[in-house]
Amino acid sequence: MLLGLLVAATSLLPLGFVVVSTAELGPAEAWDLVTRPRFDDLVWNTSRLLVGGVALSLLLGVGCAWLVVRTDLPLARLWHGLLCAPLAVPAFVNGYGWISTTHAVQSYWGAVLVVSLSYYPLVYLPTVAALSRLDSSVEDVAASLGAGAWSSFFRVVLPTISPAVLGGALLVGLHLLGEYGALQLLNFPTLTTGILDQYRLSFNGPAATMLALVLVAFCLVLLGLELLARGRRRRSRVGSGVGRPATRHRLGRAAPAWCAALLALAVLSLGVPLVSLVRWLVRGNSSSLPAGDLGAALGTTLGLAVAAGVLATAAALPIAWLAVRYRGVVVTLIERAVYPANALPGIVVALALVTISIRVVPSLYQTLPVLVVGYVILFLPRAAVGVRPTLELAPPVLEDVATSLGCSRAGAVRRVTLPLVLPGLAASVALVSLAVGTELTATLLLAPTGTSTLATEFWSRASAVEYGAAAPFALALILLSIPATWLLGRAAVSRSPRRPA
Amino acid sequence: MTRPTVGLRVSGLTKSFGPTRVLDDVDLDVPGGITAVLGASGCGKTTLLRLIAGFLEPDAGTIRLGDRTVAGAGRPVPPRRRRIGYVPQEGALFPHLDVAANVAFGLPSGRRSAAARRRVEEMLDLVELPRAAASRHPHQLSGGQQQRVALARALAPRPDVVLLDEPFSSLDAALREETGRAVVRALRASEATAVLVTHDQGEALSLADLVAVMAHGRFLQVAAPTDIYLDPAGPAVASFVGHAVLVSAEAHAGTAAGALGPIPVRGARDGRVLLAVRPEQVAVTAKDAPGCLTAEVVEVSFFGHDATVRVRVGADDQVDLTARVPATDVPEPGTQVGVRVVGEVLAFPENPR
Repeated sequence: MLLGLLVAATSLLPLGFVVVSTAELGPAEAWDLVTRPRFDDLVWNTSRLLVGGVALSLLLGVGCAWLVVRTDLPLARLWHGLLCAPLAVPAFVNGYGWISTTHAVQSYWGAVLVVSLSYYPLVYLPTVAALSRLDSSVEDVAASLGAGAWSSFFRVVLPTISPAVLGGALLVGLHLLGEYGALQLLNFPTLTTGILDQYRLSFNGPAATMLALVLVAFCLVLLGLELLARGRRRRSRVGSGVGRPATRHRLGRAAPAWCAALLALAVLSLGVPLVSLVRWLVRGNSSSLPAGDLGAALGTTLGLAVAAGVLATAAALPIAWLAVRYRGVVVTLIERAVYPANALPGIVVALALVTISIRVVPSLYQTLPVLVVGYVILFLPRAAVGVRPTLELAPPVLEDVATSLGCSRAGAVRRVTLPLVLPGLAASVALVSLAVGTELTATLLLAPTGTSTLATEFWSRASAVEYGAAAPFALALILLSIPATWLLGRAAVSRSPRRPA
Repeated sequence: MTRPTVGLRVSGLTKSFGPTRVLDDVDLDVPGGITAVLGASGCGKTTLLRLIAGFLEPDAGTIRLGDRTVAGAGRPVPPRRRRIGYVPQEGALFPHLDVAANVAFGLPSGRRSAAARRRVEEMLDLVELPRAAASRHPHQLSGGQQQRVALARALAPRPDVVLLDEPFSSLDAALREETGRAVVRALRASEATAVLVTHDQGEALSLADLVAVMAHGRFLQVAAPTDIYLDPAGPAVASFVGHAVLVSAEAHAGTAAGALGPIPVRGARDGRVLLAVRPEQVAVTAKDAPGCLTAEVVEVSFFGHDATVRVRVGADDQVDLTARVPATDVPEPGTQVGVRVVGEVLAFPENPR
């Protein structure tokens, strides 16, 4: 219980920081900051990017998911792979691919296009999962009641999968709010890029804090909107029984056209960044491959990623344990406390840790422990989501049985509980590690001087328009992201949550 | 293989969760064989089982297994040293182990040893599973097979006492009876003392040597199945076991007078009594047959082999009785029939004490 409280309190640090430092600001100063014209620009840009990016991601994500799962699209598995693949290309690498190809994307529409191409899989994946688990008999009933294909999609299918779609849209929104690298490269200033600019100019000035507050407000509005849209209606499946695989809609003569459209999407989301990456790699080789830098950065990245992955999973364990074994009000509060941190952009978490470490324990400022704690706060929810169902695989009755058969408590944990939960814990460590490996924004602020990861090395070169020198690091980042992407893509289409024996 | 039977003796056992007293000064003496603890859900029977197993510690009272006091005197003996076998609801097989490894889990010799392999085969034979099932995994087994493996796992280390917590409640009706018989055969062959917790009276009466009827944390009656049914200790036992309908009447010299007319009774002194009328004691005949009360058929439940009929007797002092009738002679709801109570009816003083 104490451990759980400690983890929850740590997760709430950034939120507390924003509240406290805004309170210190004073109303007059705050008003002065808010009324600057530059500020209005940032808020306007952030808002329209959110609307455009989320809308385009929804269109692409839901449309593609329906094509892949519910129609007789040829080569559906191949398309599924291609549609998940953009997740393996970090958004800032995608932005680099586009900007180093054409400067036409330095506009609102360019920014919307690039971020949507990076983030639409966040809608696509949960929608695919929801569609393939949807009991097709509800559609059959709708058809028997006289609903046509379109009408049954909008009246029956979409309401049923809407929690998944909304959850995906929320994720896209939160990622857009936190995105720094891609938007900086595309020269489209938002609140997040504004915070980093302010931070560079006047280290930890009140302006950065004020922007962070507005950014947090945006996040909370998004969370509220999602809750409102989700509503109180229940969407459980009524009755048990085997959900039959759905009949697929026939595309008929339209099939080639849809394939062409998906191919175009794949070219835009994968082809452009990869081709430009290869182009710069070939060209960059004529200068020199920074093998030493690459090796050092790779080592640092791996070390940080594994450390943060293990720590985040370890921190998620007591919380998940409490949630699974001891239900209650306090426990639910502790569990909920973990999630707001996920909604906060990396930049806010980083800013909070910088300020807190300077004020409270200056000796820790810009050290590895603070960086790792930042990662843990950022990615703890990701670990918690995976750890909880894992613990549910090992209900307490199994330990009871083991002790009645002569095992000590420790023996029961070793022989029964651990073998059941280790694969899940390992997967959770891997997922967090991969996310840490490609993290840029918080790393830029928190990394000690001289510590450089693949992402920061890439960034220092790409932002200095040394596209050729940045290419090897981009390639390494993509390679690092492939395993997690593959895992996520496979999990979305597997019908049963049970692990094969 | 014969070995001395180890009895189970529980005395003064009390356990509360917060303000709720779940077990209230319970005594139980099980010399051996199979004992069923029968009660509605929430009556404390699972708590009793978990106390005996050692997963919980009692607030007061002692638990003795044979000549060992395992709880109530000094430090409680931990579950792993109690020599008990535990079969929880739905089996709870270890999902990561195959059947052989599950059964061999509690064996002291290495799981791969020849002795362990032999014991696993013996156990599979005992619970009537094919030896080929040894390499299967739990998710490849049906519910009934999982229960048999769970029993084999509990019996393999030769426990003194086997505890079964509603082991058949998750099985469907046909499988339940078949699995129940197989489990009882295996328990008898192993000569272990067994305590079976259930809410199903048919299961308790047909499988056990001794039935303990439990309500609100206390035993209402502990007796052999026939005694529980034929000679219940009180109206609560009579209405719970055997679905008796309770009707008040005035008894005098072995005859009760009331809404059902004069009926021969046994078991009570003169005065206000509660009659426990069982469905098989109510005969449904043609209306106006001699010696019959006129009744209206309220509800009919047809089961195939027979049917139960709810009839309403009396004009202003209405009493509903349940009758069991053969499938060939089921009256229509709403019709008038004749009703006669057959044989002596059990009577209990209406206000004991």
